[in-house]
Amino acid sequence: MASQTPLEDSIRQKITTSLKPTTLDIHNDSHLHAHHEPMQGVTSKETHFRVIITSEAFQSKMQAARHRLVYSLLKDELAQEGGIHALQLRTMTPEEEAKRRAQEAEAE
Amino acid sequence: MFARTIISKAARPTAFSAIRPIVRPSFAPATPSPFLLSLAAQRRLLSDGVRQAIDKAVGSAPVVLFMKGTPETPQCGFSRASIQVLGLQGVNPEKFAAYNVLEDQDLREGIKEYSDWPTIPQLYIDKEFVGGCDIIVSMHQNGELAKVLEEKGVLVKEGDAAEGEKKQE
Repeated sequence: MASQTPLEDSIRQKITTSLKPTTLDIHNDSHLHAHHEPMQGVTSKETHFRVIITSEAFQSKMQAARHRLVYSLLKDELAQEGGIHALQLRTMTPEEEAKRRAQEAEAE
Repeated sequence: MFARTIISKAARPTAFSAIRPIVRPSFAPATPSPFLLSLAAQRRLLSDGVRQAIDKAVGSAPVVLFMKGTPETPQCGFSRASIQVLGLQGVNPEKFAAYNVLEDQDLREGIKEYSDWPTIPQLYIDKEFVGGCDIIVSMHQNGELAKVLEEKGVLVKEGDAAEGEKKQE
């Protein structure tokens, strides 16, 4: 049977293969944006994604370079008709993720 | 409280309206005699024209945001968030220009190629590409954005700057 989430599958597969992430959370937020004007007439249930990636591959790269790296992996998915309309990214190295978790724990 | 004051100041229509007239004319492609040109040549000329127009737009102010909609009425949540951050940071409206990509298809497609960045909004500071909404927000949260804007001297001065510092705490 064809996948119900072809774009999500594709995002997962490409990021996993190329970036070997230690964390990969893919959130499909499309339902939150379904009523926005640009989404009129769009039938795809995979338009808005929020992706959290932790990978060593981001080491010593600025945020913009990290995002460019991810965008380049998902070039086709972003460009294709009915593809990804919006992609939110959080890109961290394992150290940054650990730091973030520590801060969050402190804040609680 | 402070945040709201600063936002409303930055989002004040008069402060931003000055940039609007720039948008249309600079993106009108310079095609003197299109009938004499082959379609391919025309397309190339247009593309050069768009590039030049974007060069000009990027250099039109120290802080430039390419967004969907206008600062007063953003047409996309990510553009809205970005403009709010710039307002919270206390960016001086005189040092800021916003371009509505929805008004110009050439700009909308051209800016993606120009920046090698597939999404909008896009922020430039001193002609240098900074990033999209996620980067703007994360730099806002970790203090990097305040540092850069301070260094570039593009924030509203004196009393307003003090407000900006208070809301950071």
